[in-house]
Amino acid sequence: MSPDAQKVKITYREAMRQAIRDALIRDQRVFLMGEDVGAYGGCYAVSKGLLEEFGPDRIRDTPLSESAFVGAGIGAAMNGMRPIVEIMTVNFSLLALDQIVNNAATILHMSGGQINIPLVIRMTTGAGRQLAAQHSHSLEGWYAHIPGIKVLAPATLEDARGMLWTALEDPDPVLIFEHGTLYNMEGEMAVDAGAVEISKAAVRRAGTDVSLITYGGTLGKTIQAAEQLAASGVDAEVVDLRTLRPLDTESILDSVMRTHRAVVIDEGWRSGSISAEISARIMEGAFYELDLPVERICSAEVPMPYARHLEEAALPQASTIVATVTRMMGGHG
Amino acid sequence: MALQPTIATPNLDAGHAIALLRDMVRIRRFEEKAAELYSASKIRGFLHLYIGEEAVAVGAMRALRPEDAVVATYREHGHALLRGVSADSIMAEMYGKQEGCSRGRGGSMHLFDAATRFYGGNAIVGGGLPLAIGFALADKLQHRQRVTACFFGDGAVAEGEFHECMNLAALWKLPVLLCCENNLYAMGTALKRAQSQTDLSLKAAAYEIASWPVDGMDVVACEEAAQRAALAVRSGEGPCFLEFRTYRFRAHSMYDPQLYRDKREVEEWKKRDPIATFQNRLTTQGVLDDANMKRIEDEVASEIEKAIAFAESGTWEPIEDLTRFAYSGEKPT
Repeated sequence: MSPDAQKVKITYREAMRQAIRDALIRDQRVFLMGEDVGAYGGCYAVSKGLLEEFGPDRIRDTPLSESAFVGAGIGAAMNGMRPIVEIMTVNFSLLALDQIVNNAATILHMSGGQINIPLVIRMTTGAGRQLAAQHSHSLEGWYAHIPGIKVLAPATLEDARGMLWTALEDPDPVLIFEHGTLYNMEGEMAVDAGAVEISKAAVRRAGTDVSLITYGGTLGKTIQAAEQLAASGVDAEVVDLRTLRPLDTESILDSVMRTHRAVVIDEGWRSGSISAEISARIMEGAFYELDLPVERICSAEVPMPYARHLEEAALPQASTIVATVTRMMGGHG
Repeated sequence: MALQPTIATPNLDAGHAIALLRDMVRIRRFEEKAAELYSASKIRGFLHLYIGEEAVAVGAMRALRPEDAVVATYREHGHALLRGVSADSIMAEMYGKQEGCSRGRGGSMHLFDAATRFYGGNAIVGGGLPLAIGFALADKLQHRQRVTACFFGDGAVAEGEFHECMNLAALWKLPVLLCCENNLYAMGTALKRAQSQTDLSLKAAAYEIASWPVDGMDVVACEEAAQRAALAVRSGEGPCFLEFRTYRFRAHSMYDPQLYRDKREVEEWKKRDPIATFQNRLTTQGVLDDANMKRIEDEVASEIEKAIAFAESGTWEPIEDLTRFAYSGEKPT
C-alpha cells in the first residue's frame, strides 16, 4: 500500500464480507458454510448478499448441527476444498468441540504428517451487547491451549479484511474470533487493502512507560486508556497480539524490555487464561527487566450477566486500565 | 419348497469366492498374531480386534474403487489391510515405529494412509461421520463420481453426531455409503440396553435414507449389498445405509473380562463364524479343497511373518522430531 493510496470508509463487518467475497472469487475451492449464512444474510449480516452472488452451493446454509457441519468442513478440507465454516458464537462452538479438538487439531500429527486440514472456522466472541451468559463469553484463550490449531483475533479493519485470505492459504486449521462489538466499528481503510501476515503481534501505539498487551474486543478500550494516560503524562505502548496461537512471544518481550512494565488486558476470565500464559512468558523471558510484577485486567469470574451495569462491571474497561497503570506508575513513575 | 442355501448366488465364480475367503483369512490371522504380539508387549495401547466381523469389511471394501475414500473406526486393521495399506506398515505402526503408516504417531486406533485414501482410524465414537459427510460434500461440489465409505458401530447410533450426519447426508443427497457394523455391543453396553429402537436401519430410514439390514456373517450377502448400495451412491442417488448385523467374538479390547455377556451367546454366534461357514460352503460345493486352503493359509502366514520382520527391524523416530506435524512446516511455540 502506498502512503497516498486511496482510502474508503468501511465497517469491520463490510471488511470481513469483502474478505469472504474476495476468497470466493479467487479460489473455486472456497465455500462458506454455517447457520443462517445464506438466506438470512448471516446472523451479524457479514455474509449479506453473498448467497445471491455465489449461489447455495458455495454459501451453504446448514441445520443447527454444529458438530456435523464443522466436521464436514474438516472432511471437505481433507478432500481438497478450502472451506470457511461460520459458527454463530463461541458458546455454540462448544457443540463442535469434539470435531475441533479431536479431529481438526490432531489429524495432521496423528497421521504422521500425511493429511492437512486447510480449514478456516470463523466465530463471534465476547460480551458487551447484553446477551448474557450463553452468548457472551470469550473462550478463544481456551482454544489457544490446543496444539494443532491457530487462533486469530482481528481487531482492526485491515485485519478483518486481510487475515482470512492468509488463513485460507495456511495448510493447517485456523480459528478466527471476531468480537461482536467490532462489527459496527467504522473507519478508513485503503481501497487496495489485502492479505496480511498472521504470525506477528503489532504495536498499535508506541510508548515507553508501560506495555498494555491485549487483542480483539479490548484493543479499542486499551487505546482509549492509553490516550487518557498520555494526557496525564504516561506514555503507554499498546501491543495487539492479533494471534493467540502461536503467540508472538518475541514481540511481547521486546515491548516489555523497553517499558519494564506490563499489563495484560483480556476479556477472558483470569483463572487458567491466555493472560496467565502471557504473564508467565514475560516472567520466563524478561523477569529481570521488570520494574513491577505483571498486572492483569480480565473479566470477573462470573457467567456474563444481562443487566447493563453488571455486564459493564464484569468486563475490562478503559477506566480500570487507567487506574491500574496510574497505580503502577505512582510507585515507580 | 425349502430355501436354497445362500451360496447359490449365480455370479459367484470360484476364483472370486476364494478371493473373498482369502481376504477374511488375512484379517483373522493378522489379528490373531497382533493379539499374540500384544501379550508379548510388542504392541501396546489399546488393541481392538475385528475377529468375527471380517465378512463385513471384506464385502464392503469390494464395492470401492481407488478414487473413493474410507473413514473407519478404531477397529480398523482389517479395513486398512483390504484397502491396500500394507501389512508391513500396519504392523510397524502398531509397534510404534516410524516406518508405520502413521509414523508411529497413531498406533492401532489411528491407521492413516493418504495414498490409498484411508482416513483413519478414528477413535471418538461417531466422530468419523462428520468427516465422511465433508468428504462426500467435497466430491459433490467438485462433481466427482466418488463414494465415501464410512464405517461406524452400533454405539455411534447413540451419539448426536450420528443423527446430525444422517440428516445432512440425506438433506444434501451426499455420495456417502454409511456402513453400520452392528455387533450388538457398544463396548460392554448391549444394544437393547442402550436403544429404544434396536432396528438401526429404521433410524436411517427415518431420515429418508435408503437403508437395509444385511447378514454381516455372510460375506456374499455383505458384498452383494455393498455393491448395490455403492452403485446407487455413485450414480448420484444420495446416501445408502447398510446395517451389517454381525458379532465380535473377542473382547472389546485387550483388557475386557466380558462380564456383560454370556459365554453361551458367544458360542452360539461362533457357529456362524463367517470364515468357517464360508469355507464349508465352498468345500461342499467342490470349489475349495485342502490344497487350496493350505495355499491361502501359507500365503497369509508368510505375509504376516514378513510384516513382523519389517516392524521388528523398524526404527524409532528421533525424539527431536517430537513436535513435528503438530503443524505443517516450522514448529510454532
